[in-house]
Amino acid sequence: MKIRANTAIGGFLIGVLVATAVTAAFWTPFDPLRVNLRARLQPPSALYWLGTDEFGRDVLSRTMAGAGTSVTVAFLTVAFAVVIGAALGVVTGYVRGWTDRVIMAVNDALLAFPGILLALGVMIVVGANKFGIVLALGLAYIPSVVRVVRGTVLSIREKEYIEASRVIGNSEFYSMARHVLPNSLAPVAVLATSMFGWVLLAESALSFLGLGVPPPAPTWGNMLASSRPYMESAAWLSIAPGLCIALTLLGINLLGDSLRDRLDPRMAHG
Amino acid sequence: MTAPLLDIEGLRIEVERTGAAVVDDVSFQIRSGEFLAVVGESGSGKTVAARAVLGLLPPGLRRVSGRIVLDGKDLAKVSPKHLRALRGPAVGMVFQEPMVSLNPAISVGRQMAEGLSLHLRLPRQEIRARCLDMLARVQIRDPAHTFDAYPHEFSGGMRQRIMLASVMLLKPKLLIADEPTTALDTLTQREVLDLMVDLARDHGTSVVLITHNLGLVARYAQRAVVMQQGRLVETGAARQILSAPQQVYTRQLVEALPRRTTGAVRRSAGELLMSVSGLKVEFGGRRRFFQRKPGMRAVDGVDLDIHAGETVAVVGGSGSGKTTLGRAMLRLIPSAAGQVRFRGKDVPAVADRDFRLSSQLVFQDPYSSLDPRMRVGDIVAEPLRHVTGLSAGDRAKRVDRMLDEVGLAGFGGRWPHELSGGQRQRIAIARAIVRDPLFVVADEPVSALDMTIQAQVLKLFERLQVRYGFACLFISHDLAAVEQVADRVVVMQGGRIVEQGSRDDIFDRPQHDYTKALLAAAPVLDFGKPDEQRVRA
Repeated sequence: MKIRANTAIGGFLIGVLVATAVTAAFWTPFDPLRVNLRARLQPPSALYWLGTDEFGRDVLSRTMAGAGTSVTVAFLTVAFAVVIGAALGVVTGYVRGWTDRVIMAVNDALLAFPGILLALGVMIVVGANKFGIVLALGLAYIPSVVRVVRGTVLSIREKEYIEASRVIGNSEFYSMARHVLPNSLAPVAVLATSMFGWVLLAESALSFLGLGVPPPAPTWGNMLASSRPYMESAAWLSIAPGLCIALTLLGINLLGDSLRDRLDPRMAHG
Repeated sequence: MTAPLLDIEGLRIEVERTGAAVVDDVSFQIRSGEFLAVVGESGSGKTVAARAVLGLLPPGLRRVSGRIVLDGKDLAKVSPKHLRALRGPAVGMVFQEPMVSLNPAISVGRQMAEGLSLHLRLPRQEIRARCLDMLARVQIRDPAHTFDAYPHEFSGGMRQRIMLASVMLLKPKLLIADEPTTALDTLTQREVLDLMVDLARDHGTSVVLITHNLGLVARYAQRAVVMQQGRLVETGAARQILSAPQQVYTRQLVEALPRRTTGAVRRSAGELLMSVSGLKVEFGGRRRFFQRKPGMRAVDGVDLDIHAGETVAVVGGSGSGKTTLGRAMLRLIPSAAGQVRFRGKDVPAVADRDFRLSSQLVFQDPYSSLDPRMRVGDIVAEPLRHVTGLSAGDRAKRVDRMLDEVGLAGFGGRWPHELSGGQRQRIAIARAIVRDPLFVVADEPVSALDMTIQAQVLKLFERLQVRYGFACLFISHDLAAVEQVADRVVVMQGGRIVEQGSRDDIFDRPQHDYTKALLAAAPVLDFGKPDEQRVRA
């Protein structure tokens, strides 16, 4: 099979990312949490490849250690939002009637809140930890998934192959799961890849407000947040996590596009 | 003899990217005031060839060689600006899809006036007067009101008349009509085409009618050009081509026309299978707080019996309720009143298992009736989920046999998008038959297919019916197909059955005025040979 440039570059970026995260679990050049006040804010050097932060911690080690946390949180959040959102979207679009009206009323009410505000509220209730973030951000992103899926489902349910499924004697649930759902997922794949980026950034926003993954554990988000006061004097603090976020997004987007094409039998031969 | 109005010579049009020919070495002429039909199936290049005259090729296509001479001017040497000035006053075009060829956001009058004000400098009052005249000429009831109305207020037939009116306003020398009536039912088709011929005669306009319908060629055209896969197959007098085709392909086309099987009804009717009484279906009714607003009655009190193994055709114009009747009989849409009995037992509003498993539906559009994300084999196997006591091996065997039966052995691993329209419809039929149903509703099963493919699919359907013995409700506006397959015919108008009877009775001795009108509107190929029956197209 011909591998397109998209797939190759995306795969490479994500491969490096996963390898880094796995390596970091066993080994980093320095202990990412060790404070060394004599080596505060060192610029990149042979010893500290990416410099040190305001507490003298090695930025390279922290970036490597943060990869696992950041990406796990983002991945779980997107998965959570997509699974729940797609399920609700398919049900509400397919069943219509009162179910639709109730779900969509709640959904639109949630959509009216800024996502980050909603997440903040949830975080205050469940507490600041990894799973709190997943739950909070997941809930904040579910409504847009529901909207997108419902829109596609509304057009898919009018297709004749859905009626054909009914004539065959399939149950409504089976028709939904076997015919409606797979045909409604293409826009979700696109949405999910861009959501991945939002979540990485939202996590950093939460960290910035003191509600993200609690310090001293490093995530790209909280590294970025704590680097802000030193933007002019020690730019390397923000460059490392910022570049990582950017490259991860690029990789995910490329991979997402090729995944969407690969999953569609009509495109698979292109 | 005078010079022809339009002279196309050695026209070749290619796909820009691949260099594949869409139209290859096509030459034909049309004289002033002549009615020429360009006949061919989808992919024959007939539309592309005609569009090339106006310089309106779809993006990605390019004219490589050939001359197009209109009224003495070689259009290849004309600047785009000059070509634009020719569109309208010299060459007008009517498109296939009346529902989308008028701009829904602009009133009918302004759209009609657009051409006049662009090409002729006339005072507003004069433009309006000419538009109203023309609307009256195409038999629109209230021209003044129509002038200010918007396209969505009109039916397909009315819109096509408006389209025709706005094109003919400029009195073009040549009118290109691209399948202008394919989206319309038989009665409307006849009205629109008769009007077109009248108008063309009045203005001395030559007409190029692009069509796949040989009946229309026989009724309207003086000369015909037959195209196949971008090449010109045969040209000549229309009558000549239809009654004595010289080329193999043309002969195939003529032979593909459905014919009545000789002899009376094929089978004696079996036991009573299905019985519908007083069936009513309403749409759009709204429940308010205290009263109920009645909706539109799509089916209005239909009684119908169907016997085991017979084919009952339902015919009627668009909006006659025939499709709704089929869906309501399968209990796929709720009915407002009436009973459906299947093998002596009442079928409840939500169909019971027994009825659901023994009835099936074949759809009109083979492009949307197959799940694009399932392989063909899985699509055909799906109904077998509900057959108990079938091992995976049995199931696979049955799917293979069914695929073989519809002539697509070995296609199980393919995706729907890899198949042609005719192949898809075969798969849809296989899916309907694989569980051995007793009753099949076929809703315009061949209307979306090409002529030669139609003939094959109809033949397949008949063979399967003989083999598996299911009863069929054959819904169609295509009288020719009905004449070929039906045992009995039911004629519907406005949601009611106006006449029903055996096929021969309905076709040879129609009683109701509506039935007579339908039959009269369907074009007939009649070669006046005593040994050959008339062929409806």
